[in-house]
Amino acid sequence: MATATVANHDAAAHDHHDHEHHDNFVTKYIFSIDHKMIAKQYLVTGIFWAVIGGFLSILFRLQLGFPDMDLEFLRPLLGGWIDESGKLDPTFYLALVTMHGTIMVFFVLTAGLSGTFSNFLIPLQIGARDMASGFMNMLSYWLFFISGVIMFISLFIKTGPAAGGWVVYPPLSALEQAIPGSGLGMTLWLIAMTFFIASSLMGGINYITTVINLRTKGMSFSRLPLTIWAFFLTAVIGLLSFPVLFAAALLLVFDRSFGTSFYLADIYIGGEALPNTGGSPVLYQHLFWFLGHPEVYIVLLPALGITSEVIATNSRKPIFGYKAMIISMLGITILSFIVWAHHMFVSGMNPFLGSIFMFLTLIIAIPSAVKVFNYLTTLWRGNLVFTPAMLFSIGLVSFFISGGLTGIFLGNSAIDIQLHDTYFVVAHFHLVMGSASFFGMLAGIYHWFPKMFGRMMDARLGYVHFWISFVGVYMVFFPMHYIGIAGFPRRYYSWTNFAFTDMYTDLNMFVSAAAIITFAAQFIFVFNFFYSMFKGRKASANPWRSTTLEWTTPINPGHGNWPGEIPTVYRWPYDYSKPGAEEDFIPQTVPLSATPESNLPHEQEQVKLELEIMKEEADLLEANESKA
Amino acid sequence: MYGFLIAVGVLLLLSIIWMVYRIQTLVSVVKGSDKKIATGSNKVNAILFIVFLVAIGALMFWYSIKEFHNYHLPIGSEHGVVTDRLFWITMAVTGVVFLITHVLLFIFPYKYQYKEGRKASFYPDNNKLEVIWTAVPGVVLAGLVISGWMAWSDITAPAPEKAHVIEIMGYQFAWDVRYAGKDNVLGDHDYRLITASNGHGIDFTDKNSLDDFPAPKIVIPKGEPVLFKIRARDVLHSVFAPHMRLKMDAVPGMPTRFWFVPTKTTEEMRAELDDPEFEYEIACTEICGRGHFSMKKVIEVVEPAAYQKWLTEQKSFIQMNPALAKGGEVESKELAEIK
Repeated sequence: MATATVANHDAAAHDHHDHEHHDNFVTKYIFSIDHKMIAKQYLVTGIFWAVIGGFLSILFRLQLGFPDMDLEFLRPLLGGWIDESGKLDPTFYLALVTMHGTIMVFFVLTAGLSGTFSNFLIPLQIGARDMASGFMNMLSYWLFFISGVIMFISLFIKTGPAAGGWVVYPPLSALEQAIPGSGLGMTLWLIAMTFFIASSLMGGINYITTVINLRTKGMSFSRLPLTIWAFFLTAVIGLLSFPVLFAAALLLVFDRSFGTSFYLADIYIGGEALPNTGGSPVLYQHLFWFLGHPEVYIVLLPALGITSEVIATNSRKPIFGYKAMIISMLGITILSFIVWAHHMFVSGMNPFLGSIFMFLTLIIAIPSAVKVFNYLTTLWRGNLVFTPAMLFSIGLVSFFISGGLTGIFLGNSAIDIQLHDTYFVVAHFHLVMGSASFFGMLAGIYHWFPKMFGRMMDARLGYVHFWISFVGVYMVFFPMHYIGIAGFPRRYYSWTNFAFTDMYTDLNMFVSAAAIITFAAQFIFVFNFFYSMFKGRKASANPWRSTTLEWTTPINPGHGNWPGEIPTVYRWPYDYSKPGAEEDFIPQTVPLSATPESNLPHEQEQVKLELEIMKEEADLLEANESKA
Repeated sequence: MYGFLIAVGVLLLLSIIWMVYRIQTLVSVVKGSDKKIATGSNKVNAILFIVFLVAIGALMFWYSIKEFHNYHLPIGSEHGVVTDRLFWITMAVTGVVFLITHVLLFIFPYKYQYKEGRKASFYPDNNKLEVIWTAVPGVVLAGLVISGWMAWSDITAPAPEKAHVIEIMGYQFAWDVRYAGKDNVLGDHDYRLITASNGHGIDFTDKNSLDDFPAPKIVIPKGEPVLFKIRARDVLHSVFAPHMRLKMDAVPGMPTRFWFVPTKTTEEMRAELDDPEFEYEIACTEICGRGHFSMKKVIEVVEPAAYQKWLTEQKSFIQMNPALAKGGEVESKELAEIK
């Protein structure tokens, strides 16, 4: 049946629905309003930023792992930030840490991940011609691009980029006297983030509108692939939380430039007492983390959605507990807004508030646990095909478990006293949101590459990439738990000033070496990506034998996605290995009435209804045609 | 020359890898194995998951046990014993979950790797199972939360009346310490009063400030409650005394506090660790600028008797610099009393 549907569309491809030939280079590749091209723009920009962000981390890992190393060879790149003795400047070290965080969280894992896959998959998987507003979608990318340009420029200015940590807590980020990065660098950071927020709001509004309004016939919410559920909820989270970050940033701009005192009070710096009184730095932290925590799920949910899809497809099994997965994602969405203050247990806020947030935080562990168990059960008694995407998805589940469990320590305010702002936290979030989301993104790229470019990525290079990255990530971040338990604080240029941290030079060296290898291995992927784009093996229409709608489009879909009618959806997206069915997958476009041999009892009852509707529609079509 | 040779070598190596890769690809096309759903590499990947599980798992456990005494800091405070116990209970619970889930996660790929002709079992849901694995984590987490909450409430409860009051003020890039003196009450302060000679901005018109004294290191008595009153002068800092399991941000404009009871003197700890150099340290854990990594202060825990003796030896701000009192309305009689 699957082949029949595909054949139909191939035939339809000869129809004159092709919009492509009106496009010139600029409208096709630059100011495109085709969601697929915008997705690719996001993806390539995301890869660019991932390389920059990763490279910055290698620079500070050199300092941490090999503190005595002569970094003179970096002078051509870093100039004055390498001092006369060949050492990295401590202020620039902080700038590196800050920019690494900002770039990775916002540019790579928010824009690169959501921007790519929400744009690419939402119309394709729900059966829409394009996003609700193609123009706004284009604007969203270009605002992101401007944001990136500004952030990139800030890397090269004389006083250095923002250096107050990616959370940019005032007063450090508000006072130029406190750190040079809080001058022009911070101004550029704030401008860049403003553009970024505008970009992600435009994207988010589009995703939400498209999912609600443009689903094809039969594509009810209970038949949406989990990817779409994830992207939809992610967009909702972003829409509700990013404006709060904007407010926080705006107040910071006022404090920095217009003499207000929202966050500043009683400060004596650089030999003078500042006039600001009555502000509260803790207010900023509340506002920041009101975005900052949901942001974790903005980064993670799309990755989990992608994983659900990839694991189900390659296990040749329906995802276990489809409804439970949706409910847990909904739970995570709601709870993500009421846990933010667990980042602030020792910030000086009222300890009673700390107890409340401890309870709420540990509740969010439950839907996360449910998701893990459901993934495991999906693998159980499957027929597992290890495509690179599948490997990365399994890797994601592993990171999600490892990093998620350490969250139970940190969410407990009593235990957090010791662990807060140590390397334990660094290990925790790099595993659970950093590496997990990154693996989700890679899984998505490997899986949907054939749909994006009509060619296959090389699987063996994918395997090599996966195994080096998987082992590498654990070698980088697992040892950080030990140094975190030992109390090593974050964002330290050097650990030799304290007796309690003046050890583990060997472990830090090991971590740095692992980081360099892991980073280098990513170029296998970069090569594979760009090489396969032009020279990869030609893809077939449905290379993973998947059920979802995007694989019913032509191999290289034009603007509008389906040359003929948009297909109608008759079933949920996870009919893999259905008993009685001939193939081990039934695409969503196959009517229940066409598969009496594999229908479950309750589906058999729907067949009658389905046939009636189909008949009505055929009549309507006929009537219309005769009128014309 | 040497660099050139290396470059040539690398280039040669890369081109050989490239050729092998191309040949393999062509062979697979000729054999038609690229059309198969799962090739031999499927099996290799399945086996690698088991190898990963065993090798990395063994490495983690071996290192965790071998290094325990290194990464586990000795505890120097009463509440530290409680929070550490919570930590290790949580470690046990999560450790079990970590182990079980990972064993399953890596054994399933091996066990259920693709076999032609086999069909995966169609198993879309099971409400009973899902209720179980929603409820069980719920109960376990509730247990952890409640014990954590009880510890947290005790730790953050108001300090006992008799607690020794010590002020710690963070600034770029050091900590300054002020003792409350005989009356155990710190005098008022105002950041506008800060001058070169009055770094704390102490208001010497407040009588409570007259006996306040500075100290180069924090000396505290063993077994008696100590209250740190924490503030910052310029940007955020955070007082972190790792052995005391103590951490609290220093916030400009908003005083914070943390109280605790030290349980071992520095001498006792030195003997216990067999390390004559050992000192309790305070570090900064909130990014504060260039010197963030070097904000060190030493805590010395002594026997209560020695502490009392040390107290009497200290000189107040006023005694050290009588000029500070000028301009204030301090009566000379009171000053005389203190002297």
